[in-house]
Amino acid sequence: MDAKRRDFLKVLTGAGIAALLGPGEKVLADVATLPGYPNQFGVLVDTTVCIGCRRCEWACKEWNKLPNQKSLKEYEKDRSVFDRIRRTHADTYTVVNRFPNPRDARKPIYVKKQCMHCYEPGCASSCFVKAFTKQPVGAVTYDASLCVGCRYCMAACPFDIPAYQYYDPFTPEVTKCTFCFDRITKEGGVPACVEICPVETMTFGRRSDLIELAHKKIRDNPGKYVNHVYGEREVGGTSWLYLSAVPFHLIGFRTDLGTVPIPTFGKPFLSLVAPVFIAIPALCMGFYSFKKRRDRLAEKEIQSVLESKEGKR
Amino acid sequence: MNASTASAQMRSHWVQEKLFLGMTFRDYIRSNYTPFNGVVLCILIVGIPVIIYRLIYGLGPSTNLSDNNPWGIWIGFDMLCGVALAAGGFVIGTAVHLMGMKDYGFLFRPAVLTGFLGYLFAIIALTFDLGRYYRIPYPMVVSWGVNSVLFLVAWHVALYLTCQFVEWCPAIWEWLHMKKLRSIFMKATLGATIFGVCLSMLHQSALGSIFLLMPEKLHPLWYSEYIPLWFFMSAIVGGLVMTIIESMASHKIFEHQIKSHDPERLDRVTLGLGKATAVGLFAYFFMKVVGIAHGNSWRYLDTGYGYWYLVEVIGFVLIPALGMTYAVQNKLVSMVRGWAIVTALGIILNRLNHSIIAFNWHLPWEDRYVPHWMEVVLTVTVITIGILTFRWIMNRMPILYDHPDFEPEQH
Repeated sequence: MDAKRRDFLKVLTGAGIAALLGPGEKVLADVATLPGYPNQFGVLVDTTVCIGCRRCEWACKEWNKLPNQKSLKEYEKDRSVFDRIRRTHADTYTVVNRFPNPRDARKPIYVKKQCMHCYEPGCASSCFVKAFTKQPVGAVTYDASLCVGCRYCMAACPFDIPAYQYYDPFTPEVTKCTFCFDRITKEGGVPACVEICPVETMTFGRRSDLIELAHKKIRDNPGKYVNHVYGEREVGGTSWLYLSAVPFHLIGFRTDLGTVPIPTFGKPFLSLVAPVFIAIPALCMGFYSFKKRRDRLAEKEIQSVLESKEGKR
Repeated sequence: MNASTASAQMRSHWVQEKLFLGMTFRDYIRSNYTPFNGVVLCILIVGIPVIIYRLIYGLGPSTNLSDNNPWGIWIGFDMLCGVALAAGGFVIGTAVHLMGMKDYGFLFRPAVLTGFLGYLFAIIALTFDLGRYYRIPYPMVVSWGVNSVLFLVAWHVALYLTCQFVEWCPAIWEWLHMKKLRSIFMKATLGATIFGVCLSMLHQSALGSIFLLMPEKLHPLWYSEYIPLWFFMSAIVGGLVMTIIESMASHKIFEHQIKSHDPERLDRVTLGLGKATAVGLFAYFFMKVVGIAHGNSWRYLDTGYGYWYLVEVIGFVLIPALGMTYAVQNKLVSMVRGWAIVTALGIILNRLNHSIIAFNWHLPWEDRYVPHWMEVVLTVTVITIGILTFRWIMNRMPILYDHPDFEPEQH
């Protein structure tokens, strides 16, 4: 636990005590809507800036040593990949997709796609061996040494990000963007894709600052952006944030995800486990002893009837 | 020298009695030349190499799974349907041991055996689906992901398998003439049954709750906070109808084993099970309607998926419920059996809808999942091996009849 987190917990405890002592309802409400790790990093992607050079794809493969790497030139030259919408795969943590621009047909919109690094990740809550961790710096990391390969995380991800090495017969792994965890935990480190971007589509920084920046950009450029920062509230908030000039559903984002974190959907059921194990055995034993008692009484009755008959004879 | 020959003879006698059904090895082999076994052999000749292929070459070449469709029929059919239809052991166990319905007692052992094998082979099929199948004990011993519904499923299925094994064990000890072990396990039956009720309630509903994390992928007609309840209720119904079907089949196939075969008793009990099924189906139908009302998903009914939903809920829940009621009221036993089969098909349809057909409904058709032929063959092979195991046990152990050397089980 780092010092900041400890401080934060101190504040939390203080808030709890304040709530107990008196008119602290407001403080308590803040605690109930705890917005995840403080000071976590994020990336703000401005889709109006991206030129679709795909250098970020190259840099990602380069840094993560992914298979099927090609030269940077080939990435920039090959425009045919934009003919269809792509998603992440086992050898690709990030892809750039092209969407037609309804405001200006000559300027298509390019959108980079990778793990959103949710505040409360669906993948982490789905994993039955805790292979996923939401790190205090914001990254959602995956530990292949624990993974059994059930692929529930892939089904539970609302953004369809995790992919699987289906063609590895013995040691397949789930693959996804790491937020360059090994880079951003070092002082001054930024993700490889952010570093290489020639037009500064992406801004890396504290997520809270990025939210402010995003809203400032929207305010300062009236008419340029739709008034929405994708990822600010989606599924409870994500570390990666997007700005767009057109409604988000036109550039490949799902806008029907809601603001409830995915793990929340499973919680009510999980809280049933203890009550079932307390109530059901009690009920069963009760049932069983009533049954036994009923049988015993019936037997007694039969016996007494028989005895009285015998007595009469 | 002499003593060792005698013991060797004893051993060969034991093998002959216990394994070859009292026949010599040659007679035993010859007795297996049947058309049924011919079909089984054909399945295994294709199926075993497919299993080996899957293990050597991995999931990629042997399945149609993809990054968008991480789960196929090995989860949707083998696991979800297998476990739901194997609920018979828990349903009959509750009725016989806890509620004291003694006249259903003779169904207990076959139901527990079916349940045990159902779970066992569902897990075996699941093993082939896991990318790293050799890590299957990890959620138990290496790392606990207690926030996951799947963690609950893994633990409960494993524990419940043990429970059912305990419930079934007396039959093994009778077969092997081990009186002491038998009496110990007989005493454990009640405890195992109660523990089994808790475990079944939770993991049957948990198998549905897996889908609670996918509100954006499962069609709203199938996604609901009520999924756990739907899965649990339909599993009870599944257990009941599978007991009807299984008792019909095994009393026909293994009739020669039962000295005091009383078809009327079976008919009477079948009617009772049919009645329970009808009640269960009406309750399940009601829950389905409440789920739609709760999610206010009515408007989806007038779409393609809506019609498909109505086929499932009207055609395979409401109509069987009405049909079953009619059959029970008029004491039409074979009709009860017919509706039981329809109901079982309905539960299979429901599980496939949840896991495959209504799953990823937002994706275009070309990105949707259709099973690879090897997935189907592997499924058929695993089921075939399951049936062979069932037959092997039925032919040897006192499942349908009381062992002459032992006191019959007290319920």
